[in-house]
Amino acid sequence: MSPQENVKTLHQKYIQSLNREKRWVRFYQAVIFLVFFSGWELASQKQWIDPLIFSAPSKVWGLFLTKIQDGTLMVDLGYTLSETVFGFILGTFLGTFLAAILWWSPMLSKISDPYLVVLNSMPKVALGPILIVALGPSFTSIVAMGAIISIIITTIVVYTSFKEVDPNYIKVLQTFGANRFQIFWEAILPASFPTIISTLKVNVGLSWVGVIVGEFLVSSKGLGYMIIYGFQVFNFTLVMLSLLVIAVFATVMYQLVELLERKLIKNGS
Amino acid sequence: MDFLKVEAVHHTYFTKTSAVTALSDVSLKVEEGEFVSFLGPSGCGKTTLLSIIAGLFEPTEGTVTLEGRRVETAENEIGYMLQQDYLFPWKTIEENILLGLKIGVSLTPDKKAYALQLLQEMGLKGVESQFPKQLSGGMRQRVALVRTLATEPKLLMLDEPFSALDYQTKLKLEDLVSGTLKSFGKTAILVTHDIGEAISMSDRVFLFSARPGQLHKTFVIPKELRDETPFNARNHEAYPAIFQTIWKELESLEPAGER
Repeated sequence: MSPQENVKTLHQKYIQSLNREKRWVRFYQAVIFLVFFSGWELASQKQWIDPLIFSAPSKVWGLFLTKIQDGTLMVDLGYTLSETVFGFILGTFLGTFLAAILWWSPMLSKISDPYLVVLNSMPKVALGPILIVALGPSFTSIVAMGAIISIIITTIVVYTSFKEVDPNYIKVLQTFGANRFQIFWEAILPASFPTIISTLKVNVGLSWVGVIVGEFLVSSKGLGYMIIYGFQVFNFTLVMLSLLVIAVFATVMYQLVELLERKLIKNGS
Repeated sequence: MDFLKVEAVHHTYFTKTSAVTALSDVSLKVEEGEFVSFLGPSGCGKTTLLSIIAGLFEPTEGTVTLEGRRVETAENEIGYMLQQDYLFPWKTIEENILLGLKIGVSLTPDKKAYALQLLQEMGLKGVESQFPKQLSGGMRQRVALVRTLATEPKLLMLDEPFSALDYQTKLKLEDLVSGTLKSFGKTAILVTHDIGEAISMSDRVFLFSARPGQLHKTFVIPKELRDETPFNARNHEAYPAIFQTIWKELESLEPAGER
């Protein structure tokens, strides 16, 4: 065997071992999934757990099919999803915008520092009742909940990353006679994209929290309302269905952010 | 009229606990087309002086004029090259070299073609759409030079541009930069702490002493060395003598007992 062929076969072996590892990972992931749901079903049927409280996958699936057919699930899902997406986008944009203002005016950032700390430490969902009274028990106040929960932390994290951009990039732009806006647009903002994306990932989760709590409080529509209603009438199949739907769509949103990350961050790697 | 004139420049940095004088009474002149070096131990205010000449900030006292105009008002007339390339990693090579033109809102097709042609002359063909990460250190520093030259500055400032490179790349790049600047007849200031680099590349060497930064002495490099490329100048018979002179002068600046 020539040395080149030898390298080729070794490389193939390496690829094969990589594939084998990947298959095992997928296999165990599937095992966990199956064990969890079949265990849940079995435990519920054998009455090891209280089926009234913990329901069962088969019941949840049945309810899922009926609610798809009568269209009520789609209506609730549509509400919650649009509220979350709006809240998420609003929170991230306003947070980044506030961070830009703070970067622009160091004086303002010094003045606002203690207030940001207070606002950040405050549990934002506690503002829920005030928002609902101020904006009305509607779409708007729930979107506001979804947004407010992520604005301050986005502002703080993104502002920190703006400040940490290597000053030599700014120096390069200054020698070309760049103004402050050009410095922001050409260096500060693109250099902070990785940070902004990672706050997006955190904000996806936060916005779901804000929106679900908002729907608990407003109690008229949406997946959060499904949970609170199921709880009140002791229909836990409804609660479980809502939780599973939320899990699926929160994951989808997270994946979309990752897709955006790959599109936005290009540097040849 | 003098091309670049630095007059009685003082600069002091203030912090909460101290006031550090970085430059004290520095005056010098640079003629058009001349290549000069600022040489000195660390802490002699070389980079501060360069930033002041570039108009990045104003000195506490004194003035700097380029062709009779104060440098604070000059736009795009001074090019500045840093120790590392500082190419923007999210921009392609083409976007990077056109950055200065874009900032100055003077990105015309002519100037774009000029910048791309410069890139070719630097031996970087076909890298336009690549990202800085994909290039080697020497290539990136050449791209940084193209970016600086693309705005056609009247005065070029090089702040230890070769210090982050390996020795072989550094020697090659010295020849390339020196040759390019000579062929364009550009005026340039090189900041360095490498005596050999200062001698082989420049027409005059300004030696600075530290704490506070002051202009200590000026050396004129002999004509026979000036006409050589930096690499050949290092091997020229006149080189050791001037190296020794500057070396001794530098030694005398170090207070006894510091090492």
